[in-house]
Amino acid sequence: MSGLLTAQNLGVTFSGRAVLRDISLSLSSGHLVALVGPNGAGKTTLLRALAGLLPSQGEIYVGGDALSLLSLRERAKRFAYLPQGHVVHWPLPALDIVALGRYPHGATDPARLTPKDAEAVKRAMQATDVVEFSKRRVTELSGGECSRVALARVLAVEAPVILADEPTASLDPRYQIDVMQNLRKAADAGTLVIVVTHDLGLAARFADTVLVLSEGRLAAQGAPAEALSEKIMANVFRISAYRAEHQREAVIVPWAGI
Amino acid sequence: MSVETLRLASEFAARRRAGVMVALISLVVLLALISLGIGPVRLSPVAVVDALFGGGTDVQQIIVREIRLPRTILGLAIGAILGLSGAALQGLLRNPLASPSLFGAPQSAAFGAVLVISLGLADVRSYALPVAAIAMAFASVFVLLTIAGRNAGLLILILAGLAISSLAGAMTALVMNLSSNPFVVLEIAFWLLGSLEDRSFRHVMLALPFIVAGAIILMSQRNAFRALTLGEETAQSLGVDVGRLRLLVIVGVALGVGGAVAVTGTIGFIGLVAPHLMRPLIGHDPARLMVPSALTGAALLLAADIAVRIIPSTSDIKVGVLTSIIGVPFFLYLIMRERRSLGGGMA
Repeated sequence: MSGLLTAQNLGVTFSGRAVLRDISLSLSSGHLVALVGPNGAGKTTLLRALAGLLPSQGEIYVGGDALSLLSLRERAKRFAYLPQGHVVHWPLPALDIVALGRYPHGATDPARLTPKDAEAVKRAMQATDVVEFSKRRVTELSGGECSRVALARVLAVEAPVILADEPTASLDPRYQIDVMQNLRKAADAGTLVIVVTHDLGLAARFADTVLVLSEGRLAAQGAPAEALSEKIMANVFRISAYRAEHQREAVIVPWAGI
Repeated sequence: MSVETLRLASEFAARRRAGVMVALISLVVLLALISLGIGPVRLSPVAVVDALFGGGTDVQQIIVREIRLPRTILGLAIGAILGLSGAALQGLLRNPLASPSLFGAPQSAAFGAVLVISLGLADVRSYALPVAAIAMAFASVFVLLTIAGRNAGLLILILAGLAISSLAGAMTALVMNLSSNPFVVLEIAFWLLGSLEDRSFRHVMLALPFIVAGAIILMSQRNAFRALTLGEETAQSLGVDVGRLRLLVIVGVALGVGGAVAVTGTIGFIGLVAPHLMRPLIGHDPARLMVPSALTGAALLLAADIAVRIIPSTSDIKVGVLTSIIGVPFFLYLIMRERRSLGGGMA
C-alpha cells in the first residue's frame, strides 16, 4: 500500500472489548476524507489511534515511517489534532492559543516566536479570519469564533495530516460551511485532512473520500457516491436519503428511518 | 487590526509583566530586610545591610547573620517553593483550587517526619527527617492524582485531598497518642503548628537542597502547563508526555514541600493563595504565573513571619497558624466563586 497515511489490520481494545477491528486503509495527501458512522461506531477512537494518542494493534505508517517508532515530538509535527468541543481551561488570549500550534516545532512560549513561527501563526489566523480576536480571551468569544480559533491553532502546526473530530458540531450553518471550506482549502494545498462528522450532507459535498465505520469495522470506503450508497445508508445508518445534484456537487439529505 | 498592532499589544503585555516582576522583587527584598531587622533588638534596614556585609558592631553582626539570616532565608525559600508548587499543581490539573495543602501534602510530610522523630530514628537535624517527609509527600500527591485520574473534576480532587489530609492528621495523632514521652509530644505538637523561629544554618542546609531541586524540576516543566490548557489529549498531540509530566510534578512538589515541612512543620495555604493574587496582574497563562507565584509566596511567608513577631501576645504565635487563619477564609471565598462548577459535579 502506498499513501501518506496507511494502516494495516489496525485494532483497538478497551478493557477486553474490541472497539476497532481489522481496519486497513491508505490515504493520500491533498485529500479531504470524511469519517462517518453511527454513534459508538469508533470514529473518535480511530482518529486517536491514527494520531498515536492511544495504544493500538496493527501497523500505522505516516510518510513511510512506522508511527510506533516516531518520538512524541515527531508525531506532533506530522499530525495536527483537533479534538471535539474545543476545550480551553484558562482564559488565554486567542493569539496564545493559536501559537500553541507551534509547540511541536519548539516554540513553547508565544511571547518568543521565531519569525518562521510568527509567520505560520499569522497565516493560520488569516486563513480562518480570527486576526481581529487575537487579543481577546477565548472564553469571551462566541461558539463560532471559538471554533475558528481552534481551527487556526490546528492549521498553525502546518502538519501534513490534520485530524479533526466533529469540527462542525454545534455550529450554525454558516460556520459549518466556513469550517469545511477552510479544511477543503488545506486539503487543496496538499494536506491530508480527516474529518469525523455526523453530517452526511457536508461529507458528501466536501470530501474526496468517505470512510464508513460500523461497529468498529470499515463498512465502506470510496468516493462519497459509492461509500454512501443506498445499501450502506440502509444497513449502517438504517435510514433512507434524498439524493440529488446541485451545482455539480452531490447532495445527500437523510430522510427517514427504516 | 493589523498584525503589527498585534505585536505591539503583546509587547505591551510583556512590559506590564516585567513591571510586576520588578515590583515583586523589590517587595521581597524589602520584606527580607525588615525580617532581618525585626526582633527583640530592632535594626534599621541600613544597619541590617551594614551588618550583613561585615559592618556595625559584633553584636549586630551576630544577630543579623547568625540568628536572623537563616530564618529569613528559610522564609524566602519555603514561601517561594510553596507558591511555585501551587502554581504547578494548578497548571497540571487546570484547576484554580489545586494546591499542596488542599491535597494533604504538608500534612502527610509532617506525618512522615513525626514518625521518624517519635521512633527515635533521627533527631531534628538529620537528613532522615526531610527524606521521610519527602517520601510521605510523594505518596500523598501520587495517591491523589491516581484517584483523580486523567480528567478529574474539582469535586473529586477536593474530596480526595480532604480524605488524604484527614488520614495524615489521624496518623500523626496516633503517633503522638502512642508516644510515652510527654515532652516529645509537646515538641511535636508545637512543631506541627509551623514556625520559622530559632532556625539555624543547619536547618537551611537540611531543607535548601531539596527545595532547590524541586524548584528546578517544576520550572523545567512550565511550558508544558501552557499546552495543557487545551486538555491532556491535545497536549499529548502537541508532543507533551503527559504521564512523565505528572510524575515530574509529583516529584517536584514532594521534594519542595517535604523539604520545607521537615524544618518548619506545616505551613499551609500559601500555594493556594499566591497564584490567585497574580492572575489579575499577570494573566491566566500557567507558565507565566510560575515565577511571580514563587515571589508572591516568598513575600507572603516573610510578611506572615514578620507579623508574628510584631503582633503582641503572651506567647509566640506560630506562622503556620497565621497563614491558615488567613488562607482558609480565602479558600472559602474561592469555593464560593467556583460554586457553579462544584455544584454541577464537573470542573
